[in-house]
Amino acid sequence: MTVTTEGSPATNGAPAGRAATELAERRRRPLQRVQHLLHAHPAVSPAIILVITCVVFTMLNPRFSEPGTVSLMVQQTAVVAALAVGQTLIILTAGIDLSVGAAAILAMMVMASYGSEHGLPGGAALLLGLVVAIVAGALNGALVTRLKLPPFIVTLGTLSVFTAITLIYTGGQSIQQIAMPDLLSWTGDTHAIGDFRVTNGVLLCVLLYLVVGFALSQTAWGRHVYAVGDDPEAARLAGIRTTRVLFSVYVVAGVVYGIAAWILIGRAGAASPNAIGDANLESITAVVIGGTSLFGGRGGVVGTLLGALIVQAFALGLSLAGVDDQYRLLAVGILVVAAVSVDQWIRKVRA
Amino acid sequence: MSESSEHDDTAVLSARGLVKTFGRVIGLDGVDLDLQRGEVLAVIGDNGAGKSTLIKTLTGALVPDAGEIRMDGHPVSFKRPQDAREAGIETVYQTLAVAPALDIASNLYLAREERRPGPLGSVLRMLDKKGMRERAQKSVSDLGISTVQNMAVAVESLSGGQRQAVAVARAAAFGGKVVVLDEPTAALGVKESAQVLRLVESLRERGLGVILISHNMPHVWQVADRIHVQRLGRCAGVISPESHSMTDGVAIMTGALSLDA
Repeated sequence: MTVTTEGSPATNGAPAGRAATELAERRRRPLQRVQHLLHAHPAVSPAIILVITCVVFTMLNPRFSEPGTVSLMVQQTAVVAALAVGQTLIILTAGIDLSVGAAAILAMMVMASYGSEHGLPGGAALLLGLVVAIVAGALNGALVTRLKLPPFIVTLGTLSVFTAITLIYTGGQSIQQIAMPDLLSWTGDTHAIGDFRVTNGVLLCVLLYLVVGFALSQTAWGRHVYAVGDDPEAARLAGIRTTRVLFSVYVVAGVVYGIAAWILIGRAGAASPNAIGDANLESITAVVIGGTSLFGGRGGVVGTLLGALIVQAFALGLSLAGVDDQYRLLAVGILVVAAVSVDQWIRKVRA
Repeated sequence: MSESSEHDDTAVLSARGLVKTFGRVIGLDGVDLDLQRGEVLAVIGDNGAGKSTLIKTLTGALVPDAGEIRMDGHPVSFKRPQDAREAGIETVYQTLAVAPALDIASNLYLAREERRPGPLGSVLRMLDKKGMRERAQKSVSDLGISTVQNMAVAVESLSGGQRQAVAVARAAAFGGKVVVLDEPTAALGVKESAQVLRLVESLRERGLGVILISHNMPHVWQVADRIHVQRLGRCAGVISPESHSMTDGVAIMTGALSLDA
């Protein structure tokens, strides 16, 4: 019989524990190593899925990996990916935000209408829209932290409220890009990097990921967001001001939605109150496929970015392969269920 | 009813006449308590005797309705756990109050993270992860905890005893004056319990005042210097392992024996 000594050394070596140690080492077979790896790095599984997706779709249709297609895919991802940054923050606190899209559209319509009909300069209109988005986020945050209502119910309510306000305010009318100041559609301007075409909106989205990613992984605030999502009572007892952290998350999410609204104007070339109807579900899909746990405290924005790209890669890849669009829905649905199952599995990890 | 006595100003922590009610339920009914430096004071009592309420008022998790708490002779009032912490009282809750998904170092420094020196810390507010990891390692090894090695491991992958050790190490690393431990051995096996009791003794050797809440009489009689017996929201008496046997302690706890001196 061979005794492997790889892995962690036995805990303060009681001789009687030898058989147990051996058993423990034996149990850590390939599947368990995968479980541990995914547990330590939740973004690994979406990364693997994205790579496989790209390889398979390129084999089906080589046009998939041409610079033009990739540029289009990235541009199409930008809006949902930006919204999903805010969604990630809220889901990390074990909450959920159904009002993402509605809040962003309200902010966008305020920007567009003040920039065009009310003749405000671009910067002022943009700022006003951002303020509206922040107020929307703060309203959600106040209802969750002060009235202690479940985030699902709060944002289900504000989803309708924000949508209704938008429709009443605009009368359902769209505003074309030509009527707006240049600054508002700046996010649609493109730069050519070799054969790739990148919009300012995409760059802004990347910046958003860098800033929020940094805040989550490198600052005390980020630590506290994870701790509050993990176990709010433990976080409170450890000395974290949990309501303050929770409220700040909703406010930051509001800022993110305001920026996403700006990116949306550039992407759509117009501001329409009926744009991105399924943004809430699409952003949740990106977060979940990206490996962030719906139970809070686990995950991050890197996974979310990968998740958003996976959904868009499926959409483009399947249409390039000549497959009916309904299959995209089917594939994304299966991915979501698979992602949540993997999350449940890796949560059971024990050393 | 006799009024509460004067504060013992040599005590690191002293409470007089603590009262706490929850609606019509009386949690504490005028409790006094004194804790000296370098002393392990055990608090025992039946379920509902007010043990948890007592330590929660001492650690800022509950605000007492009446009564006074002093530290080193100075009156203090705690509105939340953070206040007690700042005054030098660290608590190891029965639930441990750790964030399972965060690693050991992050848990040790939870809510008192240290930033990097220079603009990275002051402007970008960047955490000094490496430094915190090293200092966490040091505080763990200072306590002689050998079962926890890698500070980058998530707490949820640790055993019950290891988690307890992490929580105790956190309290010891920051506990300026007093460490309160709520049922630290309740969920542990024999070997792990022995390790935690050794930790309690090492806290005493460092000159800290230790309050130990426990249901486990052998553990209490093994490490405690004095034993505060809580019964029906009041202090039924303070005994010591030398003056009374475990049987006496249980009898006082249940009211079968009364300590009217």
